[in-house]
Amino acid sequence: MTLVEHLPVLVVILPLMAAPLCVVVDHRRAAWLIALAAAWLSLAGSIALLQQVHANGALDYQLGGWPPPWGIEYRVDLLGAYVLLIVCAIAALVLWFARLSVEREIAANRIVHFYAIFLLAFAGMVGMIATGDAFNLFVFLEISALSSYALISMGRDRRALNAAFQYLVMGTLGATFILIGIGFLYMMTGTLNMLDLAARLPAVSDTRTVRAGFAFLTVGIGLKLALFPLHLWLPNAYAYAPSTVTAFLSATATKVAVYVLLRFLLEVFGADFSLGRMPLDTFLLVLGLLGTLLASLVAIYQTDVKRMLAYSSVAQIGYMVLGIGLASTLGVTAAMLHLFNHALMKGALFLALGAVAYRIGSVTLRDFAGLGQRMPWTMSAIVIGGLSLIGVPPTVGFVSKWYLVQATLEQGLWPIAVLILIGSLLALIYIWKLVETAYFGRPAGDVAVVGEAPWSMQVSIWLLVGANLYFGIDTDLTVGVARDAAGSLLGGTG
Amino acid sequence: MSTLPGLYNYWVVVFLMMAGFYVVISHGNLIKKLVGLGLFQTSVFILYISIGKVAGGTAPIAKAGVTLYSNPLPHVLILTAIVVGVATTAVGLALVLRIREAYGSIEEDDINRQDLADDQGAPRAPEPAQAADRKQAE
Amino acid sequence: MIDVVLLGILVLIAVAAIRLRDLFAVVMLFGIYSLMTAVLFMDLDAVDVAFTEAAVGAGVTTVLMLSALRLTGRMERPSAHSALLPLVVVGVTGAALVYGTLDAPLVGDPTAPAQHHIAPRYLAQGPIEVALPNVVTAVLASYRGYDTLGETVVIFTAGIAVILLLGLHDDARQPATDSPELGRLVLRVVVKTLLPLILLYALYVQFHGDFGAGGGFQAGVIFATGFILYDLVFGDAIARRVMPPRWLPRLAALGVLLYAGVGVLGMLGGGAFLDYSVLSADPHHGQHLGVMLVELGVGLTVFSIVLAIFYALTECRRTA
Repeated sequence: MTLVEHLPVLVVILPLMAAPLCVVVDHRRAAWLIALAAAWLSLAGSIALLQQVHANGALDYQLGGWPPPWGIEYRVDLLGAYVLLIVCAIAALVLWFARLSVEREIAANRIVHFYAIFLLAFAGMVGMIATGDAFNLFVFLEISALSSYALISMGRDRRALNAAFQYLVMGTLGATFILIGIGFLYMMTGTLNMLDLAARLPAVSDTRTVRAGFAFLTVGIGLKLALFPLHLWLPNAYAYAPSTVTAFLSATATKVAVYVLLRFLLEVFGADFSLGRMPLDTFLLVLGLLGTLLASLVAIYQTDVKRMLAYSSVAQIGYMVLGIGLASTLGVTAAMLHLFNHALMKGALFLALGAVAYRIGSVTLRDFAGLGQRMPWTMSAIVIGGLSLIGVPPTVGFVSKWYLVQATLEQGLWPIAVLILIGSLLALIYIWKLVETAYFGRPAGDVAVVGEAPWSMQVSIWLLVGANLYFGIDTDLTVGVARDAAGSLLGGTG
Repeated sequence: MSTLPGLYNYWVVVFLMMAGFYVVISHGNLIKKLVGLGLFQTSVFILYISIGKVAGGTAPIAKAGVTLYSNPLPHVLILTAIVVGVATTAVGLALVLRIREAYGSIEEDDINRQDLADDQGAPRAPEPAQAADRKQAE
Repeated sequence: MIDVVLLGILVLIAVAAIRLRDLFAVVMLFGIYSLMTAVLFMDLDAVDVAFTEAAVGAGVTTVLMLSALRLTGRMERPSAHSALLPLVVVGVTGAALVYGTLDAPLVGDPTAPAQHHIAPRYLAQGPIEVALPNVVTAVLASYRGYDTLGETVVIFTAGIAVILLLGLHDDARQPATDSPELGRLVLRVVVKTLLPLILLYALYVQFHGDFGAGGGFQAGVIFATGFILYDLVFGDAIARRVMPPRWLPRLAALGVLLYAGVGVLGMLGGGAFLDYSVLSADPHHGQHLGVMLVELGVGLTVFSIVLAIFYALTECRRTA
């Protein structure tokens, strides 16, 4: 087999093997270098994969050499390659940023294991994306989940511990629901391979067992992606985790969950069943809208900027869910676009917050006073990221909102379009609060003179900010991929 | 075999699963929550193993003269799931011990009350990195 | 019939576990619950699963929970909240589950879809293609060997997570004070006699998994249990001298690397990741070799991590 044929598994086993390697080497700087190398190699692999998939269609890989459905299969199609690329790119940039931030926020004797577990979280997520086997998905979901709990608990504030525990309970409940769902499907079809399931489910899809399996899978995945009202674990987890962890997880974890939802709804069960015969589309529409509006409202009242943006993440997930709920090619395209774009926004914003935390040791709104003058580059990055979050042209945020609004208007759902715009308005309010404090606020009392964040941090931040602008103008790649992927998943029905 | 015993088994398993689920969401003690999660998961294992049972079959280890075996696949899946379960419990317990250290309690109400106080109270001065490091290293 | 009785016992235990406020009793009940589940698994022909559930659910989990309880206090406070909402959620979920079973094939039905399609090939070909009589091991280590790599990584992840949270120190304290009590003496003699047998049995389980129930996972747990037992009875200084905590994360990492390394060898040999057939000129021999090596990796990782987690949890106890 050639190297190219091995690509689907290589992007996963690189970080998977780099993690134990870090532990064996047991040296702080070396651990960082190993993690960085693994992430960048995976990124290179995912770029090559996307090209391959573009040129030749989906890639299959038979693990252990056993043909599916007997063995476990990796299957990377256009959507998978696209999400892989996002996750790998974010991991690569966050790890580049991480060295100084981690030295500041994590105890010295924990750093090696921190990078190992960071790699495991990363490997778990890429494994979830690449796999074509329902049970293998559960296994990699648990790898990424367990490592996320540990990563979050490394936050300095004691509330990080409670948040990690809450997440552990909710996450385990979600995973167990998914396990029940997979069990019901296996009961009725005798298979675990996703494509095989898709082929065999239609014959039994009118049974109560399959319907229950569908419900448990959806609720389980809903817990993982923080679908309103199952989002309660998310805000504190993101608010109190170390800066690099928040940046990485907020830009990837929920996105991977949205991807898994798409896989199951549209590929395994098929759009006809999921969004047609089951009333899920209405549910997703309502929950998506409620999530967007309520979480944005709560975000406005936050005094901790990290937590403000965490609530904003719940709101943004609402947009993606809303897009899926529209059950049209355009709606799913918008959801996928927003999946990609939101990773860019939140990646940039949380990294910039990491730089602020590195310099002034706090991210409460009050401590942002005067930061516009003291950290001009970092604050400009936050402003651009914020504009993207609101959806102002020429940022990526505008592109996904544009498609989302179009998708609603296509179906004559103009009240929903209005509500989407109100959501943007709410985002404008909380971003404005931040900008106002940073540029027009007076720091209370004496503050230490702080300078701009180190250049190594700026590189990661500005690469992501640049992507926010670049993909806001040149939409060929993102819109093209999203539209093709949505078209093939919906089988041209939309 | 009549319909009832076959489904009856499932229903008992459903009851067991829900007993675990109930403990998780209704009890405030963190250790008890972990026990509840364990109960829930263990009961799901029973569901899977029941799926693999073939009446009159034997354990799936090839033996001369045996023709009917139970299905090995659910067994393999549950072996993995058992490991996932104990892994989750271990991480959960480690978190509980740290929470106990930081909050002085493992009752959810106490912890959330203190969290709320932290949220509302004046933002605590950021700890100098070294001091916090030392504290963590201990 | 026996499973009707066993299920009845499980129901009683579950109800008792909900109602009791003494966490020590709850944890013990949970251990018994796992043990009864293991018996049920035996009855349902899942010998490997029964073995693992007994060793892990009833054994390791109980020991870990009891270690934690020593620090956190053993009484649960009565809840001040209304049980109404949880009851509604549980009721709806339970109803959905019951609804789901209405069209499900009956337990034991040989015509159920689950028994067809994929499983027959494992049963018919497993002993030939993978050359292992224990079909569960064949599926676990070869057909779905990638899941098992994932499982090993899950254990590794948990171990590193616990070490990140609690730390793992090498400082062996003084050996436990010699207690003159006769009971203690008897216990020590018994443990000393049993220990070699336990370790020997672990090795047997490790290498016999191809033929009977067992394999790397169970062997690793039993091996670690031997050390834990020694530690519990003799105090931790001695056990720690034999197996210093600082080695454990590395040993565990080596186990994962061994497993994944076998996979990479398969790639270098021209096959797919984890294709053991290319490891040797004779594919059957290659399969056998591959399974043996990855089981060794599993055993190594599981042993080190279970012991490391135990050390980390009990260390907390001492510093408290």
